Amino acid sequence: MSGSLDDMYRDIILDHYKAPRGKKPIEEANIASDGHNPACGDELELKVSVDGSTVRDVHINCKGCAISVASSSMLAEQIKGKPLEEVKGLAEQVRKMLKGENVQLPEDTDDLDALKGVRNFPVRIKCALLAWVTLLEGIKTFEKGTGESKTINLEETD
Amino acid sequence: MESDIENRPTAQAKGLLPIDIERIKADFPILDQKIGDHQLVYLDNAASTQKPRVVINAILEFYRKYNANIHRGLHYLSEKATAMYEHTREHTASFIGGVQPKEVIFTGGTTGAINLVAYTWGEENISEGDEIVISEMEHHANLVPWVILAKKKNAVLKRIPVTPDGYLDLTNIDTIITQKTKLLAVTHMSNVLGTINPVEALAKKAHAVGAVVLIDGAQAAPHMPIDVKAIDADFYCLSAHKMLGPTGVGVLYGKAELLDAMPPFNLGGEMIREVRFDKVTWADLPNKFEGGTPNIADVVAFDSALHYLEELGMDNIRQHEMDLTAYTLDQLSAIPGLEIQGPRNSNQRGGAISFTDSDIHPHDISTFLDSKGIAIRAGHHCAQPLMKIMGKVATARASLYIYNNEQDVDALVKALGEMRRYFGL
Repeated sequence: MSGSLDDMYRDIILDHYKAPRGKKPIEEANIASDGHNPACGDELELKVSVDGSTVRDVHINCKGCAISVASSSMLAEQIKGKPLEEVKGLAEQVRKMLKGENVQLPEDTDDLDALKGVRNFPVRIKCALLAWVTLLEGIKTFEKGTGESKTINLEETD
Repeated sequence: MESDIENRPTAQAKGLLPIDIERIKADFPILDQKIGDHQLVYLDNAASTQKPRVVINAILEFYRKYNANIHRGLHYLSEKATAMYEHTREHTASFIGGVQPKEVIFTGGTTGAINLVAYTWGEENISEGDEIVISEMEHHANLVPWVILAKKKNAVLKRIPVTPDGYLDLTNIDTIITQKTKLLAVTHMSNVLGTINPVEALAKKAHAVGAVVLIDGAQAAPHMPIDVKAIDADFYCLSAHKMLGPTGVGVLYGKAELLDAMPPFNLGGEMIREVRFDKVTWADLPNKFEGGTPNIADVVAFDSALHYLEELGMDNIRQHEMDLTAYTLDQLSAIPGLEIQGPRNSNQRGGAISFTDSDIHPHDISTFLDSKGIAIRAGHHCAQPLMKIMGKVATARASLYIYNNEQDVDALVKALGEMRRYFGL
């Protein structure tokens, strides 16, 4: 173990894990994307409704470990009501952060900083990444207007 | 003095003895350490076991005193190294039930041994419409080679199902093993469920239809007496690192007449009799299957692991693990929210114990236990089809060995209790 347990399971992470946001199904979705992490068995279903260029609502259902559930719950909380461009930028920033780069997250997204703790637990980084790369894939498909997103398989997205 | 050592009765010769775990623990330097603030409790033995001082020293001694390439050297070191390497082969042959040394092929591990059979015997003997029978509880090592071979040859892969309580379901075995069956490839002991399979009875059924029998012994060989002749296995595979030996050494036992008829696998040095530009003839067994320089030092050190196991006595080891498995199953059953996989009867299983928590993902279980110095494994354990059948994405697995005692299990149980509080359950 290269980090302390509480570094990874910060209170805010456990809070999201115990009561994940974005569980409520949404009626219409313009973005639908699934994520899968075969090494852990984590599975994630993401639906986003976009109004013009703003995220109106998010549904995310993640079956997995505390980290993947908390990360997807934080995603749901963070992106609701934000312009799609900003959401895209944020997802990119989070991805970079989890991969070890020094990034400055926007001020109103402080909570996401808690995810940094996983960087000391190399095998768990993918757990935190899953929701964010699944979102990016969904947005990509939405922007191209090519219908269904491919299922994100984390083994292939290193 | 030498005769004294030879005459010293081994634990096995004296019959079943209670194993002195504290004395054994002291033989394993790695166990004497703290992980953070906690004493290491090593319960990941189904993945790999720790090494006693005698094995570590044997590697060191080999490189300090005897290192040379084997077989063709006409100098002292090469002859010495060859003798030591071949001595381990003889020792292994006696350890698995008294087979001929030339029937023991050293490989890189169980995976290497099974692949050797798939790519030589399998290539030559499996054709369109033939049936290969495996079980649903196979490790990927005894599954993927057969999936690929069956696809390539248009052969049929048939499965022996697993019951909900973790046994092979033999109800319809006579419709699974048929006249078309060419190979039965099955594990002796499941790495996920701990189940000990009735390999003798299965081998009999397979032989009755003329099929060849391969047993994956990676999990069984470290934990119980093995007699490949009593099983009547045509092939039996095992890994040294799961039985106190070094990594990078595996064993393929094969009946001489089968091995003789098989083409070689790794082509190159060591495995030839005569090479011309237009023609090559193969060496005799076992060299035919050991092309290239083998893992000499680790094979030599494996001899010390076998000695250590024999000194304790495989019957004693089995008894100790049955007792400790029964204790562990008992203790884990008392934890709310925990679901144990596999047989409950310790007579019919080994000490690899998979479990899940109703609320906490196995990876979180493993990370939490690690923070208490307890090493277990979490994931699909290279048995994804079995996970699917069990309806799990993953399990946590604690696996026992000769240096584990009730205190280790108590530490696990205590930590699992704390875990639920930590995650607010």
